[in-house]
Amino acid sequence: MTANHAPTDEELLNLYRQMALIRGIEERLRDDNAAGKLPGGVHLYIGQEAVAAGVCAHLTDRDYITSTHRGHGHFLAKGGDPRAMMAEVWGKREGICHGMGGSMHVADVARGILGANGIVGAGLAIATGAALAAQLDGDGKVAVCFFGDGAAHQGVVMECMNIASVWRLPMLFLCENNRYSEFTPSSQITAGKLGDRARAAAIPATEVDGNDVSAVWRAAGDAIERARQGEGPSFVEAHTYRIQGHLEAEALFLQGQRYREQEEIDAWKEKCPLIVTRSQIIARGAGDESVLSKIDTEVAELVDDAAAFAEAGTPADVDLPAQLMFT
Amino acid sequence: MPRRRLIQAVNDALFEEMERDPKVIVYGEDVELAIIGDMRGLHERFGPDRVRNTPISEATLTGMAVGLAAAGYRPVLHLMFSNFIYTGMDAIGNQMAKLRLMTGGQIKLPITVIASFGGGACNAAQHSDSAYPVLMNMGGIKVLVPTNSADAKGLLKSAIRDDNPCFFLEPSGRGGDMGMVPDEEYLLPIGEAALLTEGDQATVVAIGRMVKPALATARKLAERGIAVDVIDPRTLVPLDEARLLASVGKTGRLVIVDEARECCGAASQIAAVVAERGFPFLKGPIRRVTPGNVAMPYAANAEAHLLPDEGRITQAVLELVGQG
Repeated sequence: MTANHAPTDEELLNLYRQMALIRGIEERLRDDNAAGKLPGGVHLYIGQEAVAAGVCAHLTDRDYITSTHRGHGHFLAKGGDPRAMMAEVWGKREGICHGMGGSMHVADVARGILGANGIVGAGLAIATGAALAAQLDGDGKVAVCFFGDGAAHQGVVMECMNIASVWRLPMLFLCENNRYSEFTPSSQITAGKLGDRARAAAIPATEVDGNDVSAVWRAAGDAIERARQGEGPSFVEAHTYRIQGHLEAEALFLQGQRYREQEEIDAWKEKCPLIVTRSQIIARGAGDESVLSKIDTEVAELVDDAAAFAEAGTPADVDLPAQLMFT
Repeated sequence: MPRRRLIQAVNDALFEEMERDPKVIVYGEDVELAIIGDMRGLHERFGPDRVRNTPISEATLTGMAVGLAAAGYRPVLHLMFSNFIYTGMDAIGNQMAKLRLMTGGQIKLPITVIASFGGGACNAAQHSDSAYPVLMNMGGIKVLVPTNSADAKGLLKSAIRDDNPCFFLEPSGRGGDMGMVPDEEYLLPIGEAALLTEGDQATVVAIGRMVKPALATARKLAERGIAVDVIDPRTLVPLDEARLLASVGKTGRLVIVDEARECCGAASQIAAVVAERGFPFLKGPIRRVTPGNVAMPYAANAEAHLLPDEGRITQAVLELVGQG
């Protein structure tokens, strides 16, 4: 592959559709949370959709991903069912994990989605194990671990990069730098460049504009192809921004304190990855406003359908935890 | 029925299960050289894909077991000493133990972790823990503590075929002990205690390395006309509560011998089960013989002072039967 390859018109429209679905589902969850309808907290991915979409476009159900506590976008982009995910966040029996995992832990093992994870950084070692399995299977599968700038400071990250490099595992370390480690600016707690940590383990590292889905698609595509060819792991740092709070209820915890300025949030809203992608589509003639609005309408129907499915679901089975013990 | 050392029985189980199922892979620190002996010959027989040395990265090794299992393998991770469970704890406590529940049953985690446990060798506190109490409390992890060659082989083979995370803990300093092992393929069901000697005066439950001094004590007590049941639980999760309660129902007296610390430990759990469900049988208080709640010291005399021995076990039984 060359460095300047790009998604086709059709691929770009599909990327937009995927991003719009993630956005639509999450805006609904934001509203449901505000209305007090959800049992637990939600950590929303709004503003980061280009990363999940651009990476997962290169994956099939046979490939593996591990995700973060902010994992709805990865789940949907990897092909997870919006209905089953919504029902899970609602804590319903029809949820993908039957209401046992919830928002922070959506997983669809049959689709290679080894789970969002409530422990920051925990997905990396799981992905490293899946990548070893993929290498032993020898059939071109890869594992992608999504993690944030906050997780980058867990010691296990260096352990995993060392092992992945020394064994040339088919793996992509995809660091989504959304600039905040919970409520702390990452600039305040980060020494050096994150990519240099990968380079120290002899893993090639690149940085990309995480709000430009074409750029993410290109960087991830190169890295995943490299992994499929048996050339080992790569590291990609995608610079993006978390528009919503660390979690939706953060105002309750902050009690009026601020950890970032509204001007900063507004500036990033102008760089919204959906807006950027719409511009790219129109600029290159891949579609016009009517094509885009047709996609938006179809996505809105999917969101309504998933939300209605979740709301109409049945309460979780209280006997299931004991039934799952050692069976 | 051949005589095999405990460590050879473990090695035999690994050979047999790796021959049987190509999805069984072994990894960990120094497994290729097999310095402890239980991994001897595996690397030569099965090659580097299935038997591989790793860096000293326990936090990652335990997490990788989850990924390997989720992707269809049956990983066997050798952690050397049970203290290193603590180093790898996130993936044990938050991932292995939880993900079957958290995924609503989607995931199976056929993981076996091997580590040796216990004191008695002047290894000091960071290499002498009996780390099973913390594992017992996780929920979702099976805990196996074999004490002889046949049980070790049968339990390890069952663990490798089990679809749940199993910690197979080898009693430190007992690897050279000889024992008879059945000729034919031998699998021991997980969750069955063994009644090693029979008597009606008291029940002595001994865990892991403590089985040996408990049996020696029982022999000497028998010479004095005091016959006791000695029970080896063999697995702590699941615990064979029925066997324990049946014995206490017969004897009415319970002594539990454990070299793990007392607080929230195996001895305490067994005591709680019997107190709750076997209270009408009891003729006296339940006695725990343990090191208390301190860490194992280095000096041989200080370590021996803490570890339960024949003297302390004898005294506990005699006090219960009114001869103390």
